[in-house]
Amino acid sequence: MAGAESLTGFAHFLVGIVINEDPKSKLASDGSPLLERIIGSVRGSIEWFGGLSLLGAQVIRECFRRPFEFGEVIRQVFEIGWRSTPLIILSGLAVGIVLSMHTRATLERFGAAAMIPTALAFALVKETGPLITGLLISGRVGAGIGAELGGMRVTEQIDALESLAVNSFKYLVFTRVVACALCLPLLTIIMDFSGMLGGFIAEAIISGSTLRLYFSQAFGSLAFADFIPATLKTVVFGLIIGGTSSFLGYNATGGAAGVGRAATQSVVFSSVLLILMNVILVKFIAFLFPVAGG
Amino acid sequence: MSEIDAKNAIEFNGVSKSFDKRCVLNNLSFNVKEGTGYVLLGRSGTGKSVTLKLICGLLQPDAGSVKVAGVDITGMDSTALTPVRKQMGFLFQSAALFDSISVGANVAFALKRNTDKSSEEIHQRTQSVLESVGLGKEYDKMPSDLSGGMRKRAGLARALALEPSILLVDEPSAGLDPITSAEIDDLLLHVKQNNTTLVVVTHNIPSARVLGDRLAFLDNGIILAEGTAEELEQSEHQLVRDFMKSKQGG
Repeated sequence: MAGAESLTGFAHFLVGIVINEDPKSKLASDGSPLLERIIGSVRGSIEWFGGLSLLGAQVIRECFRRPFEFGEVIRQVFEIGWRSTPLIILSGLAVGIVLSMHTRATLERFGAAAMIPTALAFALVKETGPLITGLLISGRVGAGIGAELGGMRVTEQIDALESLAVNSFKYLVFTRVVACALCLPLLTIIMDFSGMLGGFIAEAIISGSTLRLYFSQAFGSLAFADFIPATLKTVVFGLIIGGTSSFLGYNATGGAAGVGRAATQSVVFSSVLLILMNVILVKFIAFLFPVAGG
Repeated sequence: MSEIDAKNAIEFNGVSKSFDKRCVLNNLSFNVKEGTGYVLLGRSGTGKSVTLKLICGLLQPDAGSVKVAGVDITGMDSTALTPVRKQMGFLFQSAALFDSISVGANVAFALKRNTDKSSEEIHQRTQSVLESVGLGKEYDKMPSDLSGGMRKRAGLARALALEPSILLVDEPSAGLDPITSAEIDDLLLHVKQNNTTLVVVTHNIPSARVLGDRLAFLDNGIILAEGTAEELEQSEHQLVRDFMKSKQGG
């Protein structure tokens, strides 16, 4: 795909920044002028985002073309969604317990300990649940997709698929992107409830709160306008994770090292893009649903 | 049918292909007649595998046109290429088996995707193709459990599952011992005798002599010499004569 080299250059540059590698030392080490490298990186980033946008456009186009690959989408939903469920439940419980403890420490100072379930529900449903789910899935699934597709690319398995009269983009990329978009909201709901349950466990141990009281307080102030937009925004997170990691894996080059790079970059780029997109989406939701405010 | 009367299974007309600034194929033209064996020879990095990928539409030429079974495939996307690719099989150098599914599932894959056969018929056809390459008992094994030669035979079984009229083979004897290499050659010869067009890339001269009705020697993006094995032995180019004297297998 066009821009593969620039992509690699840009990727090195960005990964270097993200993992605290001093990019200046790299610039100096190969002796090329700084300005030239900066221009190259800017060009690379434009090409990279261009390539990613084209992938997005192709995924949309494939939605309306046969075959629809329902079987493979379901298989990917199982791989991406179902197999991530234990991770999400465990993380949700832990996050709920920790959030509950921190919230108690803060609210007790103001004599508002009774607000703990409500505060926890708002924190989890509106922001913490969607964001942590997105980051966890970008780690587990993003790396998996990047490595799997990268491995298939460098061992000619993608070429083999094409030679067997199979549209490899549709079979491998489209199905994963759709499965990620379908799974993220469901996993977010699971995360939200696990977090609430974790919060209840902490509260039950500390204050002896009952399940009914805890959940009636938690959901009493929560409206659908708080829950729906925040959960639905994870569809975009799913598109980012599936699209970015598929893009990097599908276009991987350079043997085993290239596969490793694709896996690492899948996690780094999808996490960074997800966090940045979250800022935009929170603002967007606050604009569309003033009551929800993100 | 004589070779002169036969139609062209593959036509290359003025095909050029570059990667970055490196020209790999330069205005390349050749034809392959139906039911014949065409062997591409040449040193490493001279564009032999690129030529195979152009035939299969895995790469697109920068200039010129590629026709397969009379259809101009230049510029076609994956979807448009589907009917053409159903007529082709491709044995990759590394076999390129799908490593997450069994050997049987690899062979059955194209049948499930591209035919209306029932599960039973697909199983029977898969078993029959695997037996034809001597892997009848390996149906449920994973590709990682197979040796290099067995993997190549499994790749051949997968390429033959749809009974292609054109078989593209990339270095069938690479990395194999002489006996296994000869077994693969026998299998390919058997395929050719069933009127399948073979296009083979190899460095193995004994193999090229067995499989090729016509041989082409690629160098610097052009065909330096083309003809029968005997004609290439008498080529005016020293490089071609030296290459043909090679007894190497691999």
